[in-house]
Amino acid sequence: MIKFLLKGLWRDKSRSRLPILIVSLGVMLTVWLHAYITGFMGDTIEMNARFSHGHVKVMTRAYAEDMNQLPNDLAITGADSLLAALKTSYPGMEWAPRIQFGGLVDAPDNMGETRAQGPALGLGIDLLSPGSREDERLNLSRSLVRGRMPDQAGEALLSDEFAVKLGVNPGDDVTLIGSTMNGSMAMYNFTIAGTLSFGASIMDRGTLVADLQDVRAALDMHDAAGEILGFSKSGFYEDGDSREMALTFNANPGNEGDEYAPLMKSLSQQGNMGQYVNITSTWSQYISLIFILAMSLVLWNAGLLGGLRRYGEIGIRLAMGEEKGHVYRSMLIESVFIGLAGSVLGTIFGLFLAYLIQKYGINISGMMQGASVMFPSSIRARITPVDFYIGFIPGLISTVLGTMLSGIGIYKRQTARLFKELEA
Amino acid sequence: METTNNIISIRGLYKRFPMGKDEFTALHDINLSFGTGEFAGLIGPSGSGKTTLLNIIGSLDVPTQGEAIVLGRSIGKLSPRESARLRKESLGFIFQSYNLLAVHTVYENVEFPLLLLNYTESERQKMVLDALEWVGLSPKIKSKPPQLSGGECQRVAIARAMVKKPRLVLADEPTANLDAANSHHILQTMEKLNRELKTTFIFATHDEKVISYLKRRIYLLDGRVDNEELTEAI
Repeated sequence: MIKFLLKGLWRDKSRSRLPILIVSLGVMLTVWLHAYITGFMGDTIEMNARFSHGHVKVMTRAYAEDMNQLPNDLAITGADSLLAALKTSYPGMEWAPRIQFGGLVDAPDNMGETRAQGPALGLGIDLLSPGSREDERLNLSRSLVRGRMPDQAGEALLSDEFAVKLGVNPGDDVTLIGSTMNGSMAMYNFTIAGTLSFGASIMDRGTLVADLQDVRAALDMHDAAGEILGFSKSGFYEDGDSREMALTFNANPGNEGDEYAPLMKSLSQQGNMGQYVNITSTWSQYISLIFILAMSLVLWNAGLLGGLRRYGEIGIRLAMGEEKGHVYRSMLIESVFIGLAGSVLGTIFGLFLAYLIQKYGINISGMMQGASVMFPSSIRARITPVDFYIGFIPGLISTVLGTMLSGIGIYKRQTARLFKELEA
Repeated sequence: METTNNIISIRGLYKRFPMGKDEFTALHDINLSFGTGEFAGLIGPSGSGKTTLLNIIGSLDVPTQGEAIVLGRSIGKLSPRESARLRKESLGFIFQSYNLLAVHTVYENVEFPLLLLNYTESERQKMVLDALEWVGLSPKIKSKPPQLSGGECQRVAIARAMVKKPRLVLADEPTANLDAANSHHILQTMEKLNRELKTTFIFATHDEKVISYLKRRIYLLDGRVDNEELTEAI
C-alpha cells in the first residue's frame, strides 16, 4: 500500500514536485531573509564596533566615565603589557590599541607659514605592524581616493573632503596641533600618504588617521593607549558573550578604588549603543516574524488547496473501502514528507544564498554618499544557528497544518457527499 | 419480490435531507428485496431518488427511517469502520465518470482494492490479470487512464469493481459518458460477469440502452417505487 501511495505521489507532479518546489521557495526566502535582516542590522552595529566601540573596549575607569570627551590624560599606561595579557587571556578575541584625539591640522605654504587650517578628529591605529588587521577592519585601502597607504613612520591619511578643503595633496606635509597626554601643547609633522572617503559625512568632514606609534610620539603617550578594542574572531557582535566577558574581566576585586585600573565594557554598555542593539534585535525579530507568518500563510494555503483538490481521489478510495482514518493518515504522512523535503532543500538553498551575501556582501556605497551617520558601505547577511531551523516553521508545520485542516473535511463531510463530488 | 436468497432487504425506508429550516424527503417508504445474481436497475428521471437509494445500499449513506439490510448488515447501524469494511470486502462500485486514478496504470488501478484486502503480491497479480482478461484489456495493463478511450476506461472501472469478486456491484449511470457501441460492449461485459460469477448488479440509470439489458426494472418517481417489472424469471 505504501509503495502504491508513493508511486502516486512521485508520478503526480502537482502532488509532489510542485508542492516541494513551492515549500522550498518559501523556506529559501525565509532563511535568506532572516540571515539578511540579521546581517543588515548587525552591519550597522559592526560599523560602529570597528570604528569606535569594539565588541568590547578596555579603558581606565576614569576614562570610561568621560569617554565621550576622549580624555587621553586618563589613558591606559603600560598598554603593551595589558595588550599581551588580554591576548593570552582571551584567545578568541583580536585586540587593537587605539588613540582617539582631537586637534588642528595646519597646512603650510612654501615658506612654512599657515596656508589653511581645520579641526580634525584623529585616530591612532596600528597601521604598520606586520599582521595588523586594522587596515582591513576599517576598510582603509579600499577607501583610498588618492595616494597610497602609509608604509613608514611619519605618514598619515586625511579624509579627502578635508584634504581638498585644506588644499593638501598626497606627498604634502601637514602639522598636527593638539595637546599631549600631560596637557602640554603638541605639534607633530605628518606627510600625507593618501586621502580617504569614508562614505559618511561625519567622518569625511575632517579625519586624520595615523600609525599608533606616531600618535604616541605626537601626544607624548609612550606605551599608552586611550582604549584597547576587542573584536570577536567570528567577526560578529554577540551581546551576551561580550557582556559576560566584561563582567568576568571587571570582577577583579583588586581594582576597586583605582581609577586607572582597566575596565572592560561591551559595545552595548557604551553610550547609546545598548539602546541601539536592543532596537536592532527587536526590529529584526519583528521583521522576521512578519515574514515567517506571511510565508506560513502561503504554505498553509498551499497545503490546504493540495488537500482540497484531492477530494475526487479521496472519494474513490473511500468508495473502495479504505477507512477515513487511513486516508487521513496517509495524507498527513505525504504532507510531512513534502514539508520535510521542501524545508531541507529550501534551507540548503537559503543558506547558500545567505553565505554568498555574507562572504561577498552587497555594495551600497553609492547610496550612502553624504550620509551623516556611520553606515556600512556594504551589506552582508549573517548566518546564525537559527537559520538552520527557522525555515521548518513555515515549511513543515504550516504545510502539515494546512493538510490537517483540509483533511478534516473528510470527517466533516458525509461519505455520500464526497462520493457525489466524484461525479462533479 | 421476496426470495430465500435475498442479499438486500429494504423495509419502510425513508431518506430526508435538511433544506434550510425544512426537510426534503428523497425516498418515501421504500420496500424492496434483491437476491443473489440479479441484474436489476433503479430507473427514473433526475431527482427520483435512484442515486440516493444506491448510496444507501452501498453504505455510503444511511436511512433516516426504516431499515436497509445488505449482506446481513443493517446499514443504519454500521459504524464508519464497519461500513468501510463492507464496501472493501463485498461491494464494487462503477461510476458514471470512471473515477480512475490518473497517475496509476491500468494494472495498478485494478490492483488497488486488493491492496486494501492485504492479498499477497502473487495473488494480486493473478486476480488482476484475470479481471483484465474478463474485460478484454490485457494488452493495456501498462497504459494510464489518460491514454485510454472512454469505453476502455469504463472497462478498467468494471475490472476494478470485479477484481475482488464482490457479491454486489452498484453501477451509477455507467454508460452516461459512452457512445452506443461502447455502451453495449460494457453492458455485455457486465451481463457476462453476472452470468458467470453470479454477481448481483444494481444499476441506477435512465439510459434506454441499459434498461434494455436489465432483467428486473424498478421505476422510481419522486422518491417512491412507481412500478416494477421483470423481463426474465430470476
